Amino acid sequence: MSDLVKLTIEGREVEVPPGTSVLEAAKLVGVLIPHYCYHPGLPVAGSCRMCLVDLEKSPKPVPSCATPVAPGMVVKVYTEQAEAARRAVLEFLLINHPLDCPICDKSGECSLQDYTEQEGRSSGRYGDYAKRFNPVEDFGPDILYVPNRCVLCTRCVRFMEDVAQEATLNVEERGDRAHIGVFDGRPLDHPWSGNVVDICPVGSLLSKDFLNKARVWDFDRTASICPGCTQGCNIVLESRDNTVVRIKPRPNPAVNRWWMCDHGRLNYAWLNRSDRIEAPLIQRDGRLVPVDWDQALARFAEVIRSAKGPWVGLVSPGASCEALEAAARLLKAHGGSGAFRVTEGPEAPLPGVPDLALRKERAPNVNGALKAGFTRDWAAAVDAVGRAGLVLVLDEDLAGLAQPLPADRVVYVGTVLPEAARGAAVVLPCANMAEEEGTFENLRGIRQRYGQAKSPPGMARPAAWILGAILEAAGHTAGATA
Amino acid sequence: MHGRTDAQPHGRTEAPAADYQPVFAGEGRKKLDAILAKYPAKAGALLPALWMVQEKHGWISPTGMAEVAEVLGLTAAYVKGVVTFYTMYHQHPVGRHFVQVCTTTPCNVCGAEKVGEAFLKATGAKRYGETSPDGQWTIVEVECLGACGFATPVMINDEFVESVTPESVPALVARYK
Amino acid sequence: MGFPHPTHPRENPVLSRHFGEAEARRYDGWVKRGGYRALEKALGMTRDQVIEEVKASGLRGRGGAGFPAGLKWSFMPKQKTKPHYLCCNADESEPGTFKDREIMRWTPHALIEGCAIAAYAIQAEQVYIYIRGEFTEPLQVMQAALDEVYAKGVLGANAMGKGVRIDVTIHRGAGAYICGEETALMNSIEGKRGNPRIRPPFPAAVGVFGCPTTINNVETLSSVPHILSKGGAWYKGLSLSNPKSTGTKLFSICGAIAKPGNYEVTMGFPLKELLYEVAGGMLPGRKLKAVIPGGSSVPILTAAEAEETLLDYEGCVAKGTMLGSGGMIVLDDTTDMVYQVMRLAKFYAHESCAQCTQCREGTAWTVKILQRLLNGEGRTEDLDLLLDLSEQMTGRTICVLSDSCAAPVVSAMKKFRPEFEAYLTKPASRT
Repeated sequence: MSDLVKLTIEGREVEVPPGTSVLEAAKLVGVLIPHYCYHPGLPVAGSCRMCLVDLEKSPKPVPSCATPVAPGMVVKVYTEQAEAARRAVLEFLLINHPLDCPICDKSGECSLQDYTEQEGRSSGRYGDYAKRFNPVEDFGPDILYVPNRCVLCTRCVRFMEDVAQEATLNVEERGDRAHIGVFDGRPLDHPWSGNVVDICPVGSLLSKDFLNKARVWDFDRTASICPGCTQGCNIVLESRDNTVVRIKPRPNPAVNRWWMCDHGRLNYAWLNRSDRIEAPLIQRDGRLVPVDWDQALARFAEVIRSAKGPWVGLVSPGASCEALEAAARLLKAHGGSGAFRVTEGPEAPLPGVPDLALRKERAPNVNGALKAGFTRDWAAAVDAVGRAGLVLVLDEDLAGLAQPLPADRVVYVGTVLPEAARGAAVVLPCANMAEEEGTFENLRGIRQRYGQAKSPPGMARPAAWILGAILEAAGHTAGATA
Repeated sequence: MHGRTDAQPHGRTEAPAADYQPVFAGEGRKKLDAILAKYPAKAGALLPALWMVQEKHGWISPTGMAEVAEVLGLTAAYVKGVVTFYTMYHQHPVGRHFVQVCTTTPCNVCGAEKVGEAFLKATGAKRYGETSPDGQWTIVEVECLGACGFATPVMINDEFVESVTPESVPALVARYK
Repeated sequence: MGFPHPTHPRENPVLSRHFGEAEARRYDGWVKRGGYRALEKALGMTRDQVIEEVKASGLRGRGGAGFPAGLKWSFMPKQKTKPHYLCCNADESEPGTFKDREIMRWTPHALIEGCAIAAYAIQAEQVYIYIRGEFTEPLQVMQAALDEVYAKGVLGANAMGKGVRIDVTIHRGAGAYICGEETALMNSIEGKRGNPRIRPPFPAAVGVFGCPTTINNVETLSSVPHILSKGGAWYKGLSLSNPKSTGTKLFSICGAIAKPGNYEVTMGFPLKELLYEVAGGMLPGRKLKAVIPGGSSVPILTAAEAEETLLDYEGCVAKGTMLGSGGMIVLDDTTDMVYQVMRLAKFYAHESCAQCTQCREGTAWTVKILQRLLNGEGRTEDLDLLLDLSEQMTGRTICVLSDSCAAPVVSAMKKFRPEFEAYLTKPASRT
């Protein structure tokens, strides 16, 4: 590849395509240059001046985010001049920035803390001059703006203008009076606006949902996939004390770049529901009684033996590929098939990114369900229930069914027990997507893995495990996938 | 900031006037269209459009900003960001006579601050940025007006007056009464 | 002409010859004075020939940067794939400078003619003259002059009947010194906040509305018709000192000078002579203390340094300052240097666009330190702190407003340090 540009950064040679910035090239050789306004998903501003580095051929330092590489360029990040320049930027930022760390949500994931720790002065020279003060502003349904902490990096403005393509935020006024603002009466309520809180390098833009809730250093972080719709944005589940506290996007250039929508971001309370099925249950003397797994599976085997007629599956498009495939195999082995239904909502694209939207279908694994052989023909499946030998329900809430299910032939595998399943023969508690490892297939056929962030309650197990155990017990293990 | 006193709390905006007269209708619309023809993108007409609003209403209210945003296909927040950048756009009503006194160094060394004080005294305004009790005068200090050899230059509304001295202020003020 | 004073014999009134003549503002009056013949001549030459003539003249940007104008024009693409634009920078806001307003209000047609020639040379069909919002008289006069030339067919779809479109539009600014920075000016024309842009890309590649653009100062463009009429060689010959600085320059002299005004002299003219002979010397009873020769953004000269300075680009650099816009601020022995440096810092703090951290925070902090010093509350460390902040505000930002705030601080502290130190022991003064 002869058209790559070769340069040296901190003594390390690197080759990159022409047009790459010095800052990006430096990442490739493990040199992380401090920066605020730069973000790979936003147009370059070059205004914060935090990324200043020295070039052999330049007497003055240059902004590495806005400097394209040149052949033979020699970049020095840790010269006295460059370090002094960056140290000065930090000092300038801190003269008005309040010492809010003890009460600031961003503490622990704040670029101002991190860079000051790495490269800043141990004390500022501003002394007792008054700091600029402006009150906190309510920007929108979930977003607060703390002007005193703002470093004017304008990432939020550029995100709204360029990526969301709705310029609801802008810089107001000039000089040291400048701050970010919304127009009165036109709040920041874009369906993707929560991303500005992620990209704010300091604790200036805050999520009301997360306000004062937790310290980020207490978090366990688990790579996951958003269960909110079929887009399959890559996310991180941040949990503490076995509770999901916050969801943030995880970068994936092929799916969601750096972003996720507010619907996915803020809809995690259901992952922490406490009204869960916590033990396997079997129907005895007109009620469901808790038993252990062996007993429950044994009872299930009995139900299978007495089942006369094809099985019907009513499944959730939020279940894992593994669970859906196992369920499908189980149904097929008994001459049956199944269907799913999916909640819909308005689609909300992120115009600045091709093929990224909050999708109409509000479930993560519609494709997984289709590929496993389930259909969208919910009405037909419900209809067939009357003649079914066994009805296998996989985490469906069964709301709005016209007829009650034939109780003694229902096996309910789920997280929460709906009223309609109270008469089920066997109830097997399964984990929700935060409590297991599995895969979803998004609307473009990309199969993505999600990890386990917390333990399932009580004796609940991943649905794929449950169905695998059933398949094994019923002697259907041949051809099973891992 | 011009036309803005310390008394204005940050972020507060004026309530939209119930009787706001649209600027870009009839003749105003024709004028805007003529301006738009000179720029390849609508946003190029933003500064001229804001001047039109200020010329008609004396200041640019949030309603005015919203009207401009509407006709140019911009967001109101964007327009507000532009309005607040440029100091000649008034975001609040000002006195009937708006006086800008240059006090930057070239005029400063020629006694500009005394000229400013003379205006305050002659009009009864208590301090810079605050409208006089009779509502007629708002005096502000501004940066270099580009007439340094004719110190001290002063703008009274759209009139550019050169070589003002503390002595000539009372007569100047009287001219506008 | 040392307008508003009579022309001094040592002046070279090329641009200012007709200042003060009301008739010169009108098309007929201007034609009577030889106007629009240069444009006619230019439209009969090839565009490259026009550029070569301007290159040969050695004309350099008169707004402050001193960049060779012909060379700047030659950066425009030869193959036109998008519209080209010319922007005239009439934002004149550099403290001490008041020459462009005179050009516009007395000889508007000179500027229009210069714009038209430049537009032709760079294949631009649209010119924007960005006039600062406060210049109500120049705005009126320029618009009236434009209306005249459109009526006469000098501009428009078929300029002078030569089959070339040249349109000129006035774009009124709204109060921002920073819009005199060429990329901020372009942003302002596009209807944006007047933020300077990072470079690359440069205006000749990506300017206004994404198209190749050239930006020139009023004085630069007004010089062009003379170059076309009398030839580049003639203009090049106007040079008293360094051959790289040619032509005439309007010096806006203000401050403690007896006859403030605009004086036009040949490049390389001695500052001492300009001050004491041509501009009438100091106000009665005052002694020269310092001169800021090129507008407030250039380093301050002591009286002794000023009296040795030759007024061209190289001559000023040799003295550790810059010619800049030629806005000459004359300070006398009654001037409180510390107070005036504070006042200048206040100017820059007010005008900062807020993009770069050093400028946004540093200009305001500089003001605060100087105010405390003036109030008798300064500490010894403050002096070195000012120098340290100024160093970090120089050469570190998107544009040079930050450097411009540092320049008077650094030069004043270097050359008038005792005044600063005196404040450390003085009791409270005024702010």
